[in-house]
Amino acid sequence: MKQTLFDKIWDSHVVKELDDGTSLIYLDRIFIHERTGSIALTSLKDQGRPVRNPAHVFATMDHIVDTLPGRGDSTLMPGGEEFIKTMRVEANDAGLTLFDINDPRHGITHIISAEQGITLPGLVAACPDSHTCTLGGLGAIGWGVGTSDCEHALATETLRAVKPKQLRVRFDGELRPGVTAKDMVLHLIGKYTASGARGHAMEYAGPAVEALDIEARFTLCNMAVEFSAFTGIIAPDEKTISYVQGRPYAPAGEAWQQSLEFWNSLQSDSDAVFDKEISIDCADIAPTISWGTSPEHSIPVTAVVPELDHAVSEETRDQMRSAMEYMGLEPGQALIGLPIDGAFIGSCTNARLSDLRAAATILDGKKVAKHVRAICTPGSRLIKEAAEAEGIDEIFLDAGFEWREPGCSLCFNAGGESFGPEQRVVTSTNRNFRGRQGRKTRSHLASPASVAAAAIAGRIADVREMS
Amino acid sequence: MRPFTQHIGVVAPIIVDNVDTDQIIPSREMKRVSKHGLGDGLFAGSRYNYDGMKKVGLRKNFVLNKPEYCEASVMLGGENWGCGSSREHAVWALCDYGIRAIIAKSFGRIFLRNCARNGLLAIELPAEQIDLLAQSTAPAPQSNRVLIDLEKGEVQAPSGEVFSFHIAESDRNMLLNGLDHIEYTIQHEDQIARFTESDKKTRPWAYL
Repeated sequence: MKQTLFDKIWDSHVVKELDDGTSLIYLDRIFIHERTGSIALTSLKDQGRPVRNPAHVFATMDHIVDTLPGRGDSTLMPGGEEFIKTMRVEANDAGLTLFDINDPRHGITHIISAEQGITLPGLVAACPDSHTCTLGGLGAIGWGVGTSDCEHALATETLRAVKPKQLRVRFDGELRPGVTAKDMVLHLIGKYTASGARGHAMEYAGPAVEALDIEARFTLCNMAVEFSAFTGIIAPDEKTISYVQGRPYAPAGEAWQQSLEFWNSLQSDSDAVFDKEISIDCADIAPTISWGTSPEHSIPVTAVVPELDHAVSEETRDQMRSAMEYMGLEPGQALIGLPIDGAFIGSCTNARLSDLRAAATILDGKKVAKHVRAICTPGSRLIKEAAEAEGIDEIFLDAGFEWREPGCSLCFNAGGESFGPEQRVVTSTNRNFRGRQGRKTRSHLASPASVAAAAIAGRIADVREMS
Repeated sequence: MRPFTQHIGVVAPIIVDNVDTDQIIPSREMKRVSKHGLGDGLFAGSRYNYDGMKKVGLRKNFVLNKPEYCEASVMLGGENWGCGSSREHAVWALCDYGIRAIIAKSFGRIFLRNCARNGLLAIELPAEQIDLLAQSTAPAPQSNRVLIDLEKGEVQAPSGEVFSFHIAESDRNMLLNGLDHIEYTIQHEDQIARFTESDKKTRPWAYL
């Protein structure tokens, strides 16, 4: 007893406690993509080191690939094609499974890792991408690493690390109308800062988290890294199990029964102690949007840009002032009504079927404002096809959205595309960093429904007044 | 990998919180399937003037472009420095530019790991010590250099104050000896093989 969910998974993966204070942790799955996977595989080959267990390694093309309809290997990103071609050659040489551009299972790394049943509850899954924490939505440890750690993972099936401290974030009560998992996590980071979970693995718990469907749980866990957490995780329950069952790489038959036994034990014990606890009352969460250049600059959509004298230190004040300058905003200015130039629905944060449905509900029968460039990039080909089967593509296209192929797309000018300087964009993605969506582009993070509402209004809008 | 024992260098301050790896190297600068030659892309968004997307010369007021910070090899940073994207290109760009050590209030987790794996020393010091380092180097950056001694775990300001620091033992070991982290783990290959053999029996469902 006294173990947390994170303890149970971590401890069952310790190969060895090393004398330098780190643990050698076994990795069940490794997922790579063309931008860093190509470099990691090339570099390993140069060192004469094989991939230790190719059966547990999967790859996709999402970070560089174009998302324009009819795309191939060529991309607007200078030199991008070389990453794609190298990835293909090296993945085949190494004998791992590649979901190539035209594969019916193709899509964004963390989305298809869950969709294909590759990552399962109780597993440790590593990927050279900081949003690997998304997979915590299944009750797995999603471990985002850099390229060198990725090489280490591929060569040894392990990573060395000091076990992080642990934080539990409880969401109590019920979500109010118009409030989604995206608003929950923006609210959390807005309140406790972008470094609020530094050094901690974070478990999301409480009735409002249990009430979320699995896709919303992915959104919540996806942004754990924006809160500086080692990862985010949610205990698996019946919803998780029915999500996983029958997926292509999920266990079946006797193995399925064995997995259920383990998964049923995957909750924090009632007497488990966390290093830190945060409680949030969902009644306090409104549709939330970011105003600045860090996810911690998030406020209710009806609020105004903070006054500088609210800042705790002179340094924070300087940084807020600089963020406002970048964003073209003044202290005390209302966000609602700000004209926008772009709207983007996509990314590993919010590009799943439920996200597209939520946006479609707002868009149905309406038109995107004339001056707004609106783009939707479904997270995987399976999501795209499922949406098309429901007629969601028609709703987006009729409204004036571009309907794209899966990939990371305009989340970070992947594929070489970007919004323009000083263009204001409302986006369902995870980072409003300077230059992230284009040089000098001004990004406002929000839920897919809020993005759709802004696209229709042509300015930042309160989704509750549009539905 | 080049070992890190002692280093004396010119200090460039970028003491801002939440400097993310998108700023350290924008996505558009990560053009090659290689870890090398990325120094030109370091802080590209702030370092160059642009005509549309085209670089047109250096921005004079950016710290690394000022003559007094020529050949800077140590950087000062704020909280959560190197947060955001896991792109190791940020560290490769810093190394390629010639940065050997970064002293900040705190670091993004993945960035911190990436530093040690590329011979870049990342040191966390309290805010007031970083401010003191900034104040004592700023009047004459070329002559007021800092001394970093990894063996002793000390940073010496040009004004003489000595600050001790602590980094993870495994990172220290790798940096001091210029060790390859994969080689280090492969020593335990027997244990890894034994682990997977017995784990396969307890968790057969986890194996493909």
